[in-house]
Amino acid sequence: MVKRDNAADLMGLLSNGDRDLAAMWVAEVAGSLGSRVGSAELDRELRELYEALVQALRQGAVDVHSEEMSEVRALLAELSRNRARQGFSPSETAISVFALKRVLEPMLENGSADEIPAYLRLARILDGLGLFTIETYTRTRDELITAQAEQLLELSTPVVRLWDGVIAVPLVGTLDSARTQVVMEKLLQALVDTGSEQAIIDITGVPAVDTQVAQHLLKTIVAARLMGAECTVSGISPQIAQTIVALGIEFDGIVTKASLADALKLALRRSGVDMVAHTGTRR
Amino acid sequence: MTAPWTVDEEPRVHPVARSGDLVHVRQVIRVLAQRCGLSLVDQTKLITAASELARNALIYGGGGTVRAGLVEANGRRGVAAVFEDSGPGISDVGQAMTDGWTSGSGLGLGLSGARRLVDDFELSTVPGEGTAVTIVKWAR
Amino acid sequence: MSERIPILRIGDTLLVSVQTDLEDQTVLNLQEDLADQIVARSAQGVIIDISALEIVDSFVGRMLATIAAISRMLDARTVVVGMRPAVAITLVELGLSLGGVSTALDLEKGLAKLSRPTSSAPQ
Repeated sequence: MVKRDNAADLMGLLSNGDRDLAAMWVAEVAGSLGSRVGSAELDRELRELYEALVQALRQGAVDVHSEEMSEVRALLAELSRNRARQGFSPSETAISVFALKRVLEPMLENGSADEIPAYLRLARILDGLGLFTIETYTRTRDELITAQAEQLLELSTPVVRLWDGVIAVPLVGTLDSARTQVVMEKLLQALVDTGSEQAIIDITGVPAVDTQVAQHLLKTIVAARLMGAECTVSGISPQIAQTIVALGIEFDGIVTKASLADALKLALRRSGVDMVAHTGTRR
Repeated sequence: MTAPWTVDEEPRVHPVARSGDLVHVRQVIRVLAQRCGLSLVDQTKLITAASELARNALIYGGGGTVRAGLVEANGRRGVAAVFEDSGPGISDVGQAMTDGWTSGSGLGLGLSGARRLVDDFELSTVPGEGTAVTIVKWAR
Repeated sequence: MSERIPILRIGDTLLVSVQTDLEDQTVLNLQEDLADQIVARSAQGVIIDISALEIVDSFVGRMLATIAAISRMLDARTVVVGMRPAVAITLVELGLSLGGVSTALDLEKGLAKLSRPTSSAPQ
């Protein structure tokens, strides 16, 4: 038996005869992913990866961290990131790599005993690539979560103009200290930007408040007053009213209204706007 | 008092000997806050706290120094400042930290208010020897 | 050597625009000058524009409250205009709510506030 070098062994496996391993790989992965990735896209992704892998092995790559693997790593990272963004699970992402092992398995049965060590070595390399995939996947998901949390903070606190000189923040969802602080700053800046002297903080969509949040709201209202604007809080639910009283938070001097409509009416009256229903007009 | 954990350079020492120095202290802190990347609101809070503490050192401590610099811990950057005086010290710290209590003619908001404006606040005082207040504001 | 902030007059209103970070002595001078001017020019209102101020600490805050109290005693109304959001948030956190000081978003709204009759009912 002639001693062959590692690279040739591995190459031998991957370029086994006339069988289109890449095509079999694509078929295997497509079967496990269903129709959620376009078949043309999958075909392109995996064939590129396959080419790069063969190339890397030919150059003597021994594991995932080899210099020669940089192209493979770049392609895999791209693939993992895409899967993570498209909402695939980590297993569904890693299967793209591991499926190649399964494709190679049947060839062992027909091949010679020499091929077994080569297969095991290749399997180890593929395991490394699989782990690399999962790491990239996790990192991408973490980035996504961080980005979404920031977007949520931005999205969830729109300041809307209801009338000339009247702005409102409709708050929806659970308020925490950080979010309330963002709202506070945005609302106060909006007073300056729009030249509004009336602001309405509508908490109809807020299920509960704690002491800190209530304090932040209170501070916002006092800060607005320092700047020369008046705030009204509307949409306080019975539960929140009970909490505020039970917590002993001083809400004295804060104007509250049951609904946003009532608060708007008050804000308009305060800014000197009269609403008159014309007689004879249908209501 | 141990010096705070400075990032890139030794903290500079600035005198607080007359009321004109307060303006200088506020400018120094503002530059540091901007270099540290604090948000506008956090910058304002920090500078205001520094102004209160520097004025305390001047009025109650008969003058002193401010050491200020950038700090880093747990992957976050911040601005730290130490206000030192060799005045009479504070005999009842609990009382001095209460809103509205003052031994002078101020509003009594200096110490307690400054503490609310920063993230870390540490006061050490020896009656008859002086007072040191260390504050840190971390970038979010 | 300490600076004095110019006090302008428009009709029976005195206008002070604070442009820079203030030394304590300048603040005290302003307080004195305003009291003198209110009487000398029999002013009805005082507007203090702090829109250029990046910092209002308890010393300046107290000056604003004192000026408001003094002018009230001299039968003039004081409106502080243009406080920045960051300054307002900081003052609240500091524990200073400037009770008794009336405020407005900008100079124009401040003048409008002064021209309204004293009873707080709008128009």
